Amino acid sequence: MTRLRALTRHRLFFPLVCLLLVLLLNVVVTVATTGSPGPFFQISLTNGALNGPLVTILNRSSELVILAVGMTIVVSCSAGTDISVGAVMALSGAVSIWLLGFGELKDNGYHVESYVVPYAVGLLAAVAVGALCGAWNGFLVSKLKIQPMVATLVLYTGGRGIAKVVADGQIDKVDVASYKWLGNFIQDADGHNLMPIPTAIFIAAAVVAVTAVVLRRTALGMNIQAVGINNKASRLVGLRSNRIVLVAYIFCGACAAIAGIIATSRIGGIDANNCGKMLELDAILAVALGGNSLAGGKFSLSGSVIGAVTIQALTTVLYSINVSADQLPLFKAIAVIVIVVLQSPDLKPLLQRAGGVFRRLALSAKRAGGPA
Amino acid sequence: MPDPLIRMRGITKRFPGVIALDGVDFTLQPGEVHALMGENGAGKSTLVKVLTGAEAFEEGKIFLGGSDTPIVNHSPQEAQTRGISTVYQEVNLCPNLSVAENLFVGRQPRRLAFVRWGEIRRRARSIMADIGVGIDVEKPLESYSIAVQQMVAIGRAIDMAAQVLILDEPTSSLNESEVRTLFELVRRLKGQGLGIVFITHFLEQVYEVCDRITVLRNGRLAGEYAIETLPRKDLVAAMLGRAFDDLAEIRVAGAAPTATTVPTVSARGLGVHGGVKPFDLNIYPGEVYGLAGLLGSGRTEVARAVYGADSHDTGTLAVKGKPIACSPRDSLKAGLAFCPESRKDEGCVAELTVRENIVLAEQTKRGAFRLIPRDEQEAIAGKYADLLQIKTASLETPIKQLSGGNQQKVILARWLATQPDFLILDEPTRGIDIGTKTEIQKLCVQLAAAGMSVLFISSEIDEMLRTCGRIGVMRDLAKVGELSGDELSSSAVMAQIAGGRHDEA
Ligand SMILES: Nc1ncnc2c1ncn2[C@@H]1O[C@H](COP(=O)(O)OP(=O)(O)OP(=O)(O)O)[C@@H](O)[C@H]1O
Ligand SMILES: [Mg+2]
Repeated sequence: MTRLRALTRHRLFFPLVCLLLVLLLNVVVTVATTGSPGPFFQISLTNGALNGPLVTILNRSSELVILAVGMTIVVSCSAGTDISVGAVMALSGAVSIWLLGFGELKDNGYHVESYVVPYAVGLLAAVAVGALCGAWNGFLVSKLKIQPMVATLVLYTGGRGIAKVVADGQIDKVDVASYKWLGNFIQDADGHNLMPIPTAIFIAAAVVAVTAVVLRRTALGMNIQAVGINNKASRLVGLRSNRIVLVAYIFCGACAAIAGIIATSRIGGIDANNCGKMLELDAILAVALGGNSLAGGKFSLSGSVIGAVTIQALTTVLYSINVSADQLPLFKAIAVIVIVVLQSPDLKPLLQRAGGVFRRLALSAKRAGGPA
Repeated sequence: MPDPLIRMRGITKRFPGVIALDGVDFTLQPGEVHALMGENGAGKSTLVKVLTGAEAFEEGKIFLGGSDTPIVNHSPQEAQTRGISTVYQEVNLCPNLSVAENLFVGRQPRRLAFVRWGEIRRRARSIMADIGVGIDVEKPLESYSIAVQQMVAIGRAIDMAAQVLILDEPTSSLNESEVRTLFELVRRLKGQGLGIVFITHFLEQVYEVCDRITVLRNGRLAGEYAIETLPRKDLVAAMLGRAFDDLAEIRVAGAAPTATTVPTVSARGLGVHGGVKPFDLNIYPGEVYGLAGLLGSGRTEVARAVYGADSHDTGTLAVKGKPIACSPRDSLKAGLAFCPESRKDEGCVAELTVRENIVLAEQTKRGAFRLIPRDEQEAIAGKYADLLQIKTASLETPIKQLSGGNQQKVILARWLATQPDFLILDEPTRGIDIGTKTEIQKLCVQLAAAGMSVLFISSEIDEMLRTCGRIGVMRDLAKVGELSGDELSSSAVMAQIAGGRHDEA
């Protein structure tokens, strides 16, 4: 009993329950459509690539996992959210493709047929653009003390616009085979998969692992939380909170760029209108689902990762019951409301009081009905 | 005899890892001021919270008046409707609302659906005038000192109190005249037949206003006494569970600094525009230097300017003869430490654990990339938890779950853990029980004997006389004098504070 209570008190209990519920939903839908739960758990190896619903969910959640990692740090230390990450994904993707087809993009009908600059330079440029966007956000938040939501609104609206300018209003395509590796599978020259697991899963895992190790091996994790919880106290113990917040936003921007690289690689090009669209909301939702308070302070990275996978699983199940992309936000909004209400500290006393009122009503009803 | 206002019987309350209350009885009569005493973590605040519904409890019964049906308050609002109004230990008002709004939050006078702002302002002014605080009630609460904020909380509670008024360490940041005003009000309410519960660690105040005392020890009832039957030393023994002389002499006469000694900290004409006026201060190795003065006299401002928490506009500051840049970070690295007066605002990092809160400053001093290994962190935290007798379920408990006095000890531990050369303590014993208070005073003296310099600020002159070798006196944001050796006496310090006889030339 006490052990059960300790279990339910654990930070990750709620996020894991959510994940299991959504996976269960997936199973139910699979049963309803195919008559058995089997297909949902099926993992097959075809052409040297693992396939199956579970692999797809994990693969598709990669971008979100990476965004959620950056968002977690930002939320923790600045008690606000970075709503520009979706736009930053598009912008950094656009810049990197523009650079890869440097000067020849337009002549080739917006197709990159071979890299003008080395691929690695393109990737680094994307990350640099993301970091730069993050630095801008961080400057507005830490130096000018603008509310994070408002500060990042600038790039939320402007970022995509700049991305369109960079892409010249076109959908730029990259026809070099290796460009698709990051968003799909690593292949040899003949197009055979060298690695059965989608590359994006590795990238996401690497981002999570590196972040976790850095947070664990240094005092940064504690410092970020301290700044988010009590800024004045942090200043007195010698923490430079402005710098910590700035670095957090830069990191978040860089994460967005990495997610942008995966997203552009998946489709082999950049569609500035749709790349990373609405993902900022999913990232925030992932952080909240992970049991982290959006008011900042204590955070759990693993919670956010679980949250991100949960959202992707939810998206999958919604698509599989033929909810259209337009209706998707509505269902997510419902999920947000439920989560926020469940996490509210005021809920428990409210329920207790409701229980009390109910009991009193029942009592008076009994009394009224009794002796008469 | 009239019916008691409140009877609590066999109250038991558990938190994970601690039994905060274990079968406690408490009775409050009408027209009495009832002191609730005990060491830090004894369960005083918890008993109050259980009564007002701020915390739920597992066992026991609460009766009101002569009634034999037990009641349970589910929220402080519900307690309020039963005439019980409370000032909690941690002032929980809204800093960004105005004083008037804070006084009437949740009970705004309305006409139809509209809040009557004029009425609110008028009544707010009269409430504040009643408690002797003449301030602009339309300014945000955060623009006033902790003392004023505490008075606002008291004003609100008194205005609402119908039968019972509970004051949990209301006087911890008040000065003498404010305490006197408060006590007059308390006596008036008592005359009207209210019951008043008063929690404090100031024993003199207990003997000044209280009629009965209930003592808690480790969550258990240690006894209930009429004030006449419990002299001071018996009260201390009842709280600690052993005899203890909290007034014993502890000061050791340190060697007087010679002209050639390099001061640990030396300030020349240090001043802040609109803040403290330029002052000189030399503090030598091995001495405890006190700063006395009324609230708002500039004691805290001096400390903040020296530590670099506020930047100064004039003058220079040197540590061990070397000039120093002005920021908390530089000061920390130069061997300074500053334990601030407001533990909630500038001390506690609420959600972090006791261990993290203790090592935070030392970790920053070493640098974020040189993580103190986990076992060393535990050793540091454990050492100071023992030294200061911090009562906590474990070192991994979030600091916000500790009792007020124990939180204060953790913050103190944080700064001791940096092993500074110069330690600034601004009201370090606020809210700390009488046993540990003496320990802390002794510790200051010992640390100084080992070569450290200590700047000690306290509203209690007795406490400073017991620990300090020299005392600087502040008045109206200026340093007006310095006393040492034979000049040190309560009356001399008081006289300088008030600016009577020893007026500056
Ligand atoms: N929210 C909480 N969670 C866990 N433990 C708690 C919580 N609140 C109080 N406690 C524990 O209950 C015990 C009693 O605390 P309480 O605050 O009542 O002490 P107190 O007598 O008011 O002390 P002080 O003089 O320091 O204010 C302490 O050991 C404390 O750690
Ligand atoms: Mg208390």
